[in-house]
Amino acid sequence: MTGEIAVELKNVRFAWEQDIVLEIDHFEVRRGEKLFVGGPSGSGKSSLLSLLSGVTVPAEGSVELLGQDLSSMSNAQRDVFRADHIGYIFQMFNLLPFLTVLENVTLPLRFSKKRNARVSDAKAEGLRLLRHLGMEEFTERRVIDLSVGQQQRVAAARALIGGPEIVLADEPTSALDETNSRAFVDLLFQECENTGATLIFVSHDSSLAERFDRSYLLGGEEA
Amino acid sequence: MSPYSLSLKSMKHRMGSVMITVVSLALGVALLLGVERIRNEARYGFTNTISETDLIVGARSGSVSLLLTSIFHIGNVTDNVSWETYQKIERNPQVSWTIPLSLGDSHKGYTVLGTTNAYFEHYKYGQKRALVMAEGVEFADTYDAVLGAEVAEELGYTIGQQIVLAHGSGDLSFVEHSENPFTVVGVLKRTGTPIDQTVHVPLEGIEAIHLDFNNGEGHVHHAGCNHSSHKKEVSSLDAFDALLAGDEEVDLTPTEITAFLVGMKSRPDAVMLQRAINTHDAEALTAVLPGVALTELWQVVGVVEKILFVVSVLVLFVSLASMFGALMMSIKERRREIAILRSVGARPRHIVSLVLGEAMLVTLAAIILGASLFYVALFALRPLIQERVGMWIEITPPTSTEWAMLGIIFCAGVLIALLPAWRCYRSSLSDGLTIKL
Repeated sequence: MTGEIAVELKNVRFAWEQDIVLEIDHFEVRRGEKLFVGGPSGSGKSSLLSLLSGVTVPAEGSVELLGQDLSSMSNAQRDVFRADHIGYIFQMFNLLPFLTVLENVTLPLRFSKKRNARVSDAKAEGLRLLRHLGMEEFTERRVIDLSVGQQQRVAAARALIGGPEIVLADEPTSALDETNSRAFVDLLFQECENTGATLIFVSHDSSLAERFDRSYLLGGEEA
Repeated sequence: MSPYSLSLKSMKHRMGSVMITVVSLALGVALLLGVERIRNEARYGFTNTISETDLIVGARSGSVSLLLTSIFHIGNVTDNVSWETYQKIERNPQVSWTIPLSLGDSHKGYTVLGTTNAYFEHYKYGQKRALVMAEGVEFADTYDAVLGAEVAEELGYTIGQQIVLAHGSGDLSFVEHSENPFTVVGVLKRTGTPIDQTVHVPLEGIEAIHLDFNNGEGHVHHAGCNHSSHKKEVSSLDAFDALLAGDEEVDLTPTEITAFLVGMKSRPDAVMLQRAINTHDAEALTAVLPGVALTELWQVVGVVEKILFVVSVLVLFVSLASMFGALMMSIKERRREIAILRSVGARPRHIVSLVLGEAMLVTLAAIILGASLFYVALFALRPLIQERVGMWIEITPPTSTEWAMLGIIFCAGVLIALLPAWRCYRSSLSDGLTIKL
């Protein structure tokens, strides 16, 4: 299925309180591609993420994910679409402190029938992903006992469970040191390749960009 | 997916603040139940100041005024019942027992009630509660006195204390029957009724002191004076001499009493007897059913009940307001949690159900805890309340009103959570997936 378009933005204008913060004529990500999105702060990185995750819709233009136009969907439909097809990783504080590591990982399966249907046993799948990420010893630990690097690996496992087609990562390495951040990106690549997920990785750390298939610079031209 | 297990786990994580909310709301619930129970008990206690008595009979007057004078000892009696009429009714085959009541004297501001030992046997209040001696015994002699609990406590009297009665009511009576002191032989347990503020003496004692009084200093008529002994003035000199001489033959039978209580053998007969007495031609009498008259009187003095009800409602309002505040705080605390849930696919309705679920659980827990607290407090404080106020509060399951109140609290708790839940919904939309801290 590679070569198929996973994400396509056309003539998108996104305004925040009258000011246009994002203007994209054409933006396209193929399935299975690993895209780095960079750019200085204020260049519209978070606006792009909220468009891609379907939290907001552009004032003009279209946002198509997996061939479906998000702007034509209702809020509720976009919520379901996000739950079914998008794995999301935050900068930090990804995990719910009142759940165990394993419960955090399997959380998306509670909210998406599609993703739940793709795994036969939620617990086994969660354990498998955690093992892949070298976290098997921590499955029943409390979240606050983990380091930030470990937390991000758990977040990656959660974003990937149930095989969502698109993984959005919002500055996931900004709280990590260089060694940890490299290790994290490696693991993320590996897992995305395993599931065939499309990765859109937003970061201000351009040193990571070279390892991606392609990078897209906001507030500048495509590299 | 189960938002409730998530809700539970989330609440467990925030145990401290959730517990504070639950406890403060529970205290409100307990207080509300307490006030409501006291309110009901006050009314019940009042309308059961006298029970098991089928009729109160006195000279012709209104039912409330007869009740006020005979049972509450408020106001002056204007007329009396003749001893013959009393005896005639006592002999009625339908009548089981009677208690004569003679009022008009006082001791240091406390009402003196002339009666017989039938009083201790048959007088009931509350739910068939009989009078119980805290110490001592009933009347055995003309100059014996049995004190109400408050009289004994306030004046510091115990068994053997000599007391002097004053003519007329109030503390400032000019004339005292100092020639014939009474001896305290018994003290009653607290009842929470006007009995606590009453000095009980035998009818004969009342007669005896007035014989003496009439003989010694002459009689001054004044308001509140309604002694049967006035009629005896002519013969009193001889009788008093006889009394002083220790002559047992002295007739201390009164010619009049203030009122009397009647217990029927069969309760339904009371209405018939009441009609007979009220239409009795020979003497103008009034017979009232105590329950009816008490309810009538309560409608006059029942403002207290309404005030207590308002207090109940205010307590409830304050408790709910504090829960509202706590929920709003918890939502601020939980914005990160909400953003994470949204990012893993929770829809706004899941978030809303989390907030509402929490409100439900908190309210339910508070209701259960509050009701438990109420019952524990009731159980623990019951003896103290009984001792101090004379109100014995029965431990019974919540009444239908109380259930309704608990239901209202639950609904109000959920209703109050709607605004925070809506705000949550709104902020989960506007915050999107970004975590704003």
